Amino acid sequence: MSEFTPQANLTRPKPAAAESATAGHPEGWLAMLRSAVVLFLIMTVLTGIIYPLVVTAIAQMVFPWQANGSLINHAGQHVLSDRQAVGSALIGQYFNQPWYFWPRPSATSPMPYNAAASGGSNTGPTNPALVKNVAARIAVLQAADPGNKQPVPVDLVTSSGSGLDPEESIAAAYYQIPRIARLRHIAPAKLKAMVNNYIVGRSLGILGERTVNVLELNLALNRKYPY
Amino acid sequence: MTPNAWLQMALLIGTALLLVKPVGIYMARVYENQPVPGLGKVLGPVERGIYRVCGVSAQHQQNWKRYTVALLLFNLLGFMAVYFIQKWQGWLPLNPTHMSAVAPSALALNTAASFITNTNWQNYAGETTMSYCTQMTALTVQNFLSAATGLTVLVAFVRGLARKTTTELGSFWVDLTRSVLYILLPFSLALAAILIWQGVPQTLGKYPTVHVVQPFHQAGAPTTAASTTIATQTIAIGPVASQEAIKELGTNGGGFFNANSAHPFENPTGLTNFLEELAILLLPLAFCYTFGRMVGDARQGWAVLAAMVVLLLALMIPCVIAEQAGNPLLAHYCDQKPSVLQAGGNMVGKEARFGPVNSGIFAAVATGTSTGAVNSMLDSFTPLGGLCPLWLMQLSEVAPGGVGSGLYGMLMFVLITVFIAGLMIGRTPEYLGKKIEAFEMKMASIAILIPPSLVLVGTAMACVTAAGLAGIANPGAHGFSEILYAMTSQANNNGSAFAGLNGDSTFYNVIGALLMLAARFWTIIPTMAIAGSLAGKKIIPAGSGTLSTYSPLFVFILLAIIVVVIALTFFPALALGPIVEQLQMMTGRW
Repeated sequence: MSEFTPQANLTRPKPAAAESATAGHPEGWLAMLRSAVVLFLIMTVLTGIIYPLVVTAIAQMVFPWQANGSLINHAGQHVLSDRQAVGSALIGQYFNQPWYFWPRPSATSPMPYNAAASGGSNTGPTNPALVKNVAARIAVLQAADPGNKQPVPVDLVTSSGSGLDPEESIAAAYYQIPRIARLRHIAPAKLKAMVNNYIVGRSLGILGERTVNVLELNLALNRKYPY
Repeated sequence: MTPNAWLQMALLIGTALLLVKPVGIYMARVYENQPVPGLGKVLGPVERGIYRVCGVSAQHQQNWKRYTVALLLFNLLGFMAVYFIQKWQGWLPLNPTHMSAVAPSALALNTAASFITNTNWQNYAGETTMSYCTQMTALTVQNFLSAATGLTVLVAFVRGLARKTTTELGSFWVDLTRSVLYILLPFSLALAAILIWQGVPQTLGKYPTVHVVQPFHQAGAPTTAASTTIATQTIAIGPVASQEAIKELGTNGGGFFNANSAHPFENPTGLTNFLEELAILLLPLAFCYTFGRMVGDARQGWAVLAAMVVLLLALMIPCVIAEQAGNPLLAHYCDQKPSVLQAGGNMVGKEARFGPVNSGIFAAVATGTSTGAVNSMLDSFTPLGGLCPLWLMQLSEVAPGGVGSGLYGMLMFVLITVFIAGLMIGRTPEYLGKKIEAFEMKMASIAILIPPSLVLVGTAMACVTAAGLAGIANPGAHGFSEILYAMTSQANNNGSAFAGLNGDSTFYNVIGALLMLAARFWTIIPTMAIAGSLAGKKIIPAGSGTLSTYSPLFVFILLAIIVVVIALTFFPALALGPIVEQLQMMTGRW
């Protein structure tokens, strides 16, 4: 008892009205072209000029520090001009002297932490270069601190997505405490307390991961325990 | 997965679902041309002014052909604008960083095709290629207009279902204007303000240069062997927040910077990451409710939404698990175990503040929608972790898909499902009282088969030509995955990338541009044709023999059909790429 009759139903319906040239107000092709051009220009001005300028005005008035790149000086204070700044609180910097906390490896070119050309290594998970690079980075860490037998935290030996990661895991900072404590003649417990002071928690206690801001930590290190 | 991973995922999906109804109702008001509460007072005069200058009336109606022609014409203008602004940026204003014209014409072509089709595939690095003028007046504009174009097609299609015996589908001009004025602009403005508060820059000033804390020696190129001392750091900034907000809300995904949302200036905190994910999901999910309301039965919208969320979660969860499990090849070198002190897992190409959990969630959200933003480098994901975003795109971007395009893509699958279910129970296929006949089926089949065909043909071409193979960055099966991912992404208008693949060659630029244009407009035209055909039909009252299209059973059949169609199409290709690589990685042999 099927209601389904393919011959009857699978032909294209042609209601008379559906094929009429225009609906409602007739609109010539030239008028259509004019509407398209004018609307496109208006939308370009509205979304490409007015909108970004309004956002810029709000940003510069309400959040000038963030809007201009979150720059900080030696004391870790917020500054607006790059003449007084040593970096951005949100952009990592390269450190390779053993008396500093080292950041995560960076794959930017031509030098690490090139903040004018972000990017990751894009090394695949089974690329032999990945294991080779990780092993080489571990060798460098161990050469700088031969007595350190702790397991190496993965983020300290793998390059970040942006190449500008300002942060590393708490484990990565803790791993480096013995080396820095020895070179700067500080008790490791004091240094650990300092690291704990620079932990960036999860947003609202839930979102993201707990990390340490390496540039801010190194600036604090220079202020409190100069090398 | 850790408890926090579950919590973050639940919070995201839960918040998005809570917003579906209010935002859905709001959008229904916008498209039923009712006064918009609050904003209507401020923007009403602007809206009427725009119509006056453009020579259209608010009551204007178009049939499907005129609606489609208006849409194509408007997008053609956008294409030309993006192309020529790139070519002329050298002498246009707003160029404090002195960028010269985008030299390769194939690259400018690819970028123009990419941004008008809501793909936002990027064969360039933003901070070293595009002037502020191009970022604002070409790319940000298309972020708005390509999203609005998706919304217009969807709203015309929904009207085709809701209206009866008419040719009128609304006006492209009015729908586009109202999409931008009442939905995209105000939401973007609010999101941009929060992003700036959290640290996203917004300035027209030049890149600051600072003296770094610890200068270092940089070995020179192998030929010169002279080392240089690096004592300064130049920090790329710009009008980032305004572009970032619409990049997520419009499911565009094209980053201001090369590193996209992995860059701390695009996505500085856990909160911005959450809000960006939420903004990506907001409009595609909420429009399901708008759809239900416009066809007079909210249950129809919830059913489609349920299918979308199930698909998204089914691939998001394994992605997070795979990334948090880490890479077995690194197991005896370093500690990948998640703990209170570290996120652990596979951290290659990931940011410390996101870790594998937020990277996996973001990857699924951005590929499930047609956003293509990344907050981690997908090329470095584990094979299984990378398979999930790849599959989400191969589902033809319906889980939940891009702004507008996701739901009309899903409704194509709904029509196929109604037809197959109708055959099984021997009833005339009907959807929402409209008979589904040969013409609708032909058009729906075209719309569904075009993206997979483009993916497979494109991948095959790249694999058998020297120009295609030249772009590969990683050896072995992963190199094939890079090509498959690039073609999948462009032929589904996503824009996400396994970024190791060097796409800035004439071969990849041109083939990519063709794939993006075909995938976008060859699916829009059949969709609009169905809308026109359905609008002309009577609405048959539901009877005892009518197939329910909101029952859990229907949702299940819909999911089964999507999975079968896609699995059969792509399983052989996936087996050659991520699946074989996962096996190699687990056994440590290749």
